Amino acid sequence: MSRYFTQDHEWVDVDGDIGTVGISEYAQSQLGDVVFVDVPEAGKTLSKGDEAAVVESVKAASDVYSPVSGTVNEGNAALTDDSSLVNSDAEAAGWFFKLTLSDPSELDSLMDEAAYAAFVEGL
Amino acid sequence: MSINQSGWRPTSPEANTGNVPASVTGNKALMLEEALIFEIGDAHSTGVDFAAPSPPRGEGRGEGKPSNAAPGTAPHPTLSPKGRGLSRLGNLSRTAPIGLPGLSEPETVRHYTRLSRQNYGIDLGFFPLGSCTMKHNPRLNEKMARLPGFSDVHPLQPVDTVQGALEVIHQLAHWLVTLTGMTSVAMSPKAGAHGELCGILAIRAALEAKGEGARKIILVPESAHGTNPATAAFAGYSVEDIPATAEGRVDTAALKARLGPDVAGVMITNPNTCGLFERDMREISDAVHAAGGFVYCDGANFNAIVGRVRPGDLGIDAMHINLHKTFSTPHGGGGPGSGPVVFSEALTPYAPLPFVENQDGQFVLVEEETAGEHHAGSFGRMVAFHGQMGMFTRALTYILSHGADGLRQVSEDAVLNANYILRSLDDTLDAPFGPSGPCMHEALFSDSGLAAGFSTIDIAKGLIDEGFHPMTMYFPLVVHGAMLVEPTETESKAALDQFIAALRSVAERAKAGDPSLKTAPHFAPRARLDETLAARKPVLVWKDPAPLAQAAE
Amino acid sequence: MRYLPLTQPDREAMLAVIGASTIDDLFVDVPEAARLDGPIRELPMHASEMAVERHMSALAKKNLTAGEAPFFLGCGAYKHHVPASVDHLIQRGEFLTAYTPYQPEIAQGTLQMLFEFQTQVARLLGTDVANASMYDGSTACWEAIVMARRITKRGRAILSSGLHPHYVSVANTMAKFTGDVLDTAAPELVADMDLDQLIGKIDDETSCVVVQYPDILGRIADLRPLADACHAKKALLIAVVTEPVALGAITSPGEMDADIVVGEGQSLGVGLQFGGPYVGLFGCKDKYVRQMPGRLCGETVDANGRRGFVLTLSTREQHIRREKATSNICTNSGLCALAFSIHMTLLGEAGLRQLAEVNHAGAVSAAERLSQIPGVELVNDSFFNEFTLKLPVEARPVVRTLADRGILAGVSLGRLYPGQDALANGLVVAVTETTTAEDVETLASELQEILA
Repeated sequence: MSRYFTQDHEWVDVDGDIGTVGISEYAQSQLGDVVFVDVPEAGKTLSKGDEAAVVESVKAASDVYSPVSGTVNEGNAALTDDSSLVNSDAEAAGWFFKLTLSDPSELDSLMDEAAYAAFVEGL
Repeated sequence: MSINQSGWRPTSPEANTGNVPASVTGNKALMLEEALIFEIGDAHSTGVDFAAPSPPRGEGRGEGKPSNAAPGTAPHPTLSPKGRGLSRLGNLSRTAPIGLPGLSEPETVRHYTRLSRQNYGIDLGFFPLGSCTMKHNPRLNEKMARLPGFSDVHPLQPVDTVQGALEVIHQLAHWLVTLTGMTSVAMSPKAGAHGELCGILAIRAALEAKGEGARKIILVPESAHGTNPATAAFAGYSVEDIPATAEGRVDTAALKARLGPDVAGVMITNPNTCGLFERDMREISDAVHAAGGFVYCDGANFNAIVGRVRPGDLGIDAMHINLHKTFSTPHGGGGPGSGPVVFSEALTPYAPLPFVENQDGQFVLVEEETAGEHHAGSFGRMVAFHGQMGMFTRALTYILSHGADGLRQVSEDAVLNANYILRSLDDTLDAPFGPSGPCMHEALFSDSGLAAGFSTIDIAKGLIDEGFHPMTMYFPLVVHGAMLVEPTETESKAALDQFIAALRSVAERAKAGDPSLKTAPHFAPRARLDETLAARKPVLVWKDPAPLAQAAE
Repeated sequence: MRYLPLTQPDREAMLAVIGASTIDDLFVDVPEAARLDGPIRELPMHASEMAVERHMSALAKKNLTAGEAPFFLGCGAYKHHVPASVDHLIQRGEFLTAYTPYQPEIAQGTLQMLFEFQTQVARLLGTDVANASMYDGSTACWEAIVMARRITKRGRAILSSGLHPHYVSVANTMAKFTGDVLDTAAPELVADMDLDQLIGKIDDETSCVVVQYPDILGRIADLRPLADACHAKKALLIAVVTEPVALGAITSPGEMDADIVVGEGQSLGVGLQFGGPYVGLFGCKDKYVRQMPGRLCGETVDANGRRGFVLTLSTREQHIRREKATSNICTNSGLCALAFSIHMTLLGEAGLRQLAEVNHAGAVSAAERLSQIPGVELVNDSFFNEFTLKLPVEARPVVRTLADRGILAGVSLGRLYPGQDALANGLVVAVTETTTAEDVETLASELQEILA
């Protein structure tokens, strides 16, 4: 399984043709306390770069873009009850949604962990 | 001599030398805690008495008489139509309790008086909330609005019986049109944002009438109020940002480059939210017109230029005026506002209904019924009835008090006060657009130079402890940690000097990293409130521990 | 000038600090051509408090007030007695001259009041939650229609013929621009509301049905079958209440399973004010709260664990979401909401019920008396404090004639529905606790004389 990052601070873990998407530790640290997350419903078709989810702090609402194209399998129901998971565990339990990739070649344009770390360093 | 027997032997007071225990009540002398009405009221108490209804036609009112209305008897909190035979409630008589607590009049007066004392208001002190224009609210305005001839007339009375009310609307309209150098005004919008919608709908109606409905883009500067893009989107437009220049103004070149056959118009705030006059406004208007679009001006900051500049001279097509900002109607803890919109000749035919016309000395209300005769292009009605009459009487009272000369002095003093603050503090705080020249009615600072971990909010909360309402914070978005200070013209130099000293002191503490600032305010009725908790688990209504409903039975 | 504290020496000292020689130097960014060289000449100069009071009083005297005439107008604005303490309390400077509570530590007064208001409104309307108020009933009604579109993702709304025509007109105006499709109709002068017709129109494209309760003619109907029919098609039921006092006597729309209930709160605390400012009420079921427009106040604690209140869920709002906001509204009707809430606290459950009872009883006897006039017919089977009479002639000239005789007789349907001949003889009459038996008798005898 390998992990990819976007310049908009989403991450996607890919296992076969199934991707799990979330926002990076850096992104959550910039949000403040997350108070609400709106995740996509199963069956929704997303193109790379589409607005897929919304994450809200008290004073900001941010769109989360899909790092790759595909069809949503499930949104993370745990976030509905406890949105603070995004703060406490952004890159694991705080995942947003899983999708079936329709074009795995899109992954080639994303950053790996080291490249993303360098990218954040430069911000 | 006779001995003092009371035991009270007056002496000089002793200074406080140690810790004082908290009071049992939680009160602090004049600062009194107050529970919710749901905790102190009940279903049986009331602060209103009802007389027994007087009998009609000189006889008993018979079966129509309420069963429990005799004076002196405790009211029964359920309406019981059975046996009265005359209820016409269609079998929908209320059977369940509503759950509304009541209080006697003295308890009510005390409840709201205590609540009021937990609020900061202009009457109490300096309230420099940028872009919100917290100026003194003259009490003559309140007195005039309460004249029964204005406050106790129904909007659907025959127009012959409300000629004075219509004349107020007409007189205020005349002032607004003249002060802005425009052609007409729509009086009905209920607030500034509603006025924005009015202006944008008129633009869309005008474009559609010209067969140019395909224009789908509204250009909005990054520094705009959030209402601008929200309004444009609501009216069916896509919003595109226009960048700002380094000196805090609209990037005219970028704006012109974006104009084209898909652009319906621009929404520009002038003076803008950085407190600067848009020097190129005329040039921008001309370019937008040449490209077939319209110019909407957000008039939120008209108070900076009233009497000195007429927006009509800058090529504006539509502009709303917040009567509570420029013309001193009270903010009331968040409304009601009033947002009349002035229009250019090009947009006048599309203005909304209703409006007041003087036809041979008779004031007439032009509504759907008669609009067809000479106002068929109107985009329609935005509200029931005719607008915020109570605000019109207040604004007209204010305008007549100041007159043309006083209003000019208003904008001069507002701008003078803001520049005084800007130049008195730009050695302590970063003023990102200070080098751009004078500001208009508000001074903008950033959080640059504060100690690590300190932000604008810490300065704001520190100012609360100093007895001031904080400035607007984190707006406009184009400046990091923005602090927008708008003193208005109704502050004395002494008040400004005290504020300047306080803000300087708090800013120095923030630059030095004084940890006590992180827990400010310390002297307010509450410490910082947990907004995260409020948003994660919203509690929006009171839930009775033991429902009132049951208590009432 | 009495509202300006700066003295001339102050101004000069301040200019010196700024480094400007004259005030004109501060307006250098205004292009020369746009600068006015002095006060606008067509307008008068400043005036004393006494002179302004004289001017305004003269204008006020040109109006016939509700208090000086037998008065029977309703249709969305009602004359009720407002206790003296209401106006005293809302004029306390800490309420009157405060702003939106953006700094909650020094705005707990406004915030606690809003929390109490929200609870009072939710209980009155029978909804789970309510917001901190809207501009007025008509704009609240349109916002509810848009909210139903967001929830159902359908754009077709059915408006009852009994909905206030101004509310319909507002919705029609907005729908022209948003592309919502509205099914509207004018009412008929018949005893019952059009619920069966509405039920028949609901289909899989319907976002919502909007029904006024009591309706524009004063009629009342059980909304439960309509709610069931809406829900069967996954549409929402929106109920509009223009006379909240009625809910002291009749079952609330929320109790009959309406999804969104909006209203005009003017009846309590606010007064007639020639149409504004009023206060829009807006409540809904819990599950829709994130789609709600307008401000919301919520309970929380401060850093020391003490209960306090804040504005919350503001990510729905324009200052954060900008073009993605649920609405462009950035204000509520704060001071009118305060007046409503104080009046409601003074009444309480017992007082509101009794107020409603007095209103209804007065209306029942007035309806009885007026329908005894030869040729005059009572349209309604059911009503609260407002009912419709069918006159043997057009009602509008009759209302004007009665106004000439110092009687404000009601709202003619010709005024509300110009050009609709079938409605021209309709007269909507409202009776509240302010209406005396003598008022009714005066109206009855004068009306009888005119019709004779």
